[in-house]
Amino acid sequence: MSLVSTADRLNAAGSANALELRGVSRLFGALAALSDVTLSVRPGERRGVLGSNGAGKTTLFNCITGDFPPSAGIIRFFGEDVTDFPPQERIRRGLRRTYQISSLFAGLSVLDNVYLACRGVSRNRFSLIRPGRTDALMASAESLVEAVHLGDVKDKLVGELAYGQQRQLEIALALSGAPRFILFDEPAAGLSPTERRDLVTILTSLPAHIGFIIIEHDMDVALRVVESVTMMHNGRIFKEGRPDEIESDPEVQELYLGGAQHHG
Amino acid sequence: MAIAETSTLAISGTATDNLAGRLHPAAWLVILLLLAMPLIANSFVLIQIIGYAMILGMIALSLMFLGGYGGIVSLAQMTVAGFAGYLVAILGDSAIVQISLKWPWWAVVPIAVCVATLFGTIAGALSVRTEGIYTIMITLAIASAFYYFTLQNYTIFNGFSGFNSVKAPVFLGVDWRSNTPFYYLCLVCAALSYGAVLYVSRSPFGLALQGTRDNARRMAALGFNVTAHRIAAYTFASVIAALAGVLLVWFQAQISPGTAGVGPVVDILIIAVVGGINRPIGPFIGALVYVLLRTFSIDVLESVGLDGKRFQLLIGLGFLVIVLFSPDGLVGIFDKLRARYLRRRDARAADFQAGGTS
Repeated sequence: MSLVSTADRLNAAGSANALELRGVSRLFGALAALSDVTLSVRPGERRGVLGSNGAGKTTLFNCITGDFPPSAGIIRFFGEDVTDFPPQERIRRGLRRTYQISSLFAGLSVLDNVYLACRGVSRNRFSLIRPGRTDALMASAESLVEAVHLGDVKDKLVGELAYGQQRQLEIALALSGAPRFILFDEPAAGLSPTERRDLVTILTSLPAHIGFIIIEHDMDVALRVVESVTMMHNGRIFKEGRPDEIESDPEVQELYLGGAQHHG
Repeated sequence: MAIAETSTLAISGTATDNLAGRLHPAAWLVILLLLAMPLIANSFVLIQIIGYAMILGMIALSLMFLGGYGGIVSLAQMTVAGFAGYLVAILGDSAIVQISLKWPWWAVVPIAVCVATLFGTIAGALSVRTEGIYTIMITLAIASAFYYFTLQNYTIFNGFSGFNSVKAPVFLGVDWRSNTPFYYLCLVCAALSYGAVLYVSRSPFGLALQGTRDNARRMAALGFNVTAHRIAAYTFASVIAALAGVLLVWFQAQISPGTAGVGPVVDILIIAVVGGINRPIGPFIGALVYVLLRTFSIDVLESVGLDGKRFQLLIGLGFLVIVLFSPDGLVGIFDKLRARYLRRRDARAADFQAGGTS
């Protein structure tokens, strides 16, 4: 059902890009965290964003979601200019994100966390009526909890979850409602090898119409789930291309992959 | 199993406070006791202790809703109650005949509750974009402004002396300020407020409010309008405070600037924190302790040769001790003791089993 409605909206949006940034900059005082970023991502495209610490990757996400408005530039989401929209308006249009550091509701249960995510993009956010056993949103929250393998702990308070489980919940929150485009901010950070494999499975089995941008340092994860890569450096876009092109690019190796090997 | 159960109990209890579900035998006992109270207690205990505690408990409950679920510490809730009380005196009947309009109670009460709720909502809208200490400062400023305005305004609020002889209505052949009817009136209002808060805490609105408490930024990133949610929380809380304000002016039969002065405003915060600001039952327990201390500590102090007026010192010391040892107030202490008891019981059971098998 949600597939059909999403397809309809895609048609209505015509051939517009899922995401289009024109000359986006973000200043923090005198520091330019992003300068003149121009980027377009097709609907359904999966894009990796690489770059060393401080390259502006997370700031890019914050500008796209509206957590921090850009200092200059235009952001279009499926053809619509959302530059001046508050975060919740962008989310209601099908944009989702996850956070590098899990950003959850520690005092609520796992199921309530996901339920809030489902409720946030639907009607009756102010409803005073408790959801009953047959509540459709509660049912979809339950199935999302199962989808990220958290069914066994759905009634546990999120503050008591293990780190890996919190990361999985972080992803479940981004998959709620009918997402059209998702921003994943280092979803594999701190996960065990098994959990990383689960993550790759979740990402590759997303419906084909859902595009995403993923910030990921782990090349094993990043290069297996993306079809194109944007390389950032010092707040600017440095290179764009297919994963294999980027991987074999000498400049990129110098700047990033070489540096990563030193650390690793 | 038992560990999971006690840990959820000890943390916030929102998941376990299920009114419709199983009720603990102790809860039934409390309900029966409250219902039968007019048969057991004399009029002083009935009204001056329990009735008063329920009224103060409702006002503190409105703060608990904002503070416990929304992370908003508002000092304006006593002011909302005071404003509702003033409206009852101004629109209804009092000894100040040149001001009071003598409207019937069925017009006065809804208007008082609605206008005071509107006032609480506006106070919320003014303070809602601030956090922590700044919310406290803005709401304290609103409370102080209201106090000084009522003190200095004679045309509407009758200045320093306020209104006396504010009578509760007589209808259905019952004088609602006589002891037993007034007790049940307070009990019904307090129970309804308590039940409403408990119910709403698990509704989409209540869950979302707890979400804004835990992580406001993520709530926006899930499609919620955090500011609108917080303002709506003020509205909901203000209905309860306003209702309590109506009861308060009938209880005291008078209202003056001191009713909602800075002292009572802070007392409400103390009541909520001492009782436990994370659970709806906390404010009522805090209010009962406060009223008992206020009423009897004078006698106790004088019996040991101290000045009876120093009862505030006792309340202050109690506040200090509770905040130091249990951030969740008296309810938190109860939860800790219960968790310890259950752990010991389980340990004993484990010992017994180990002893039995060896």
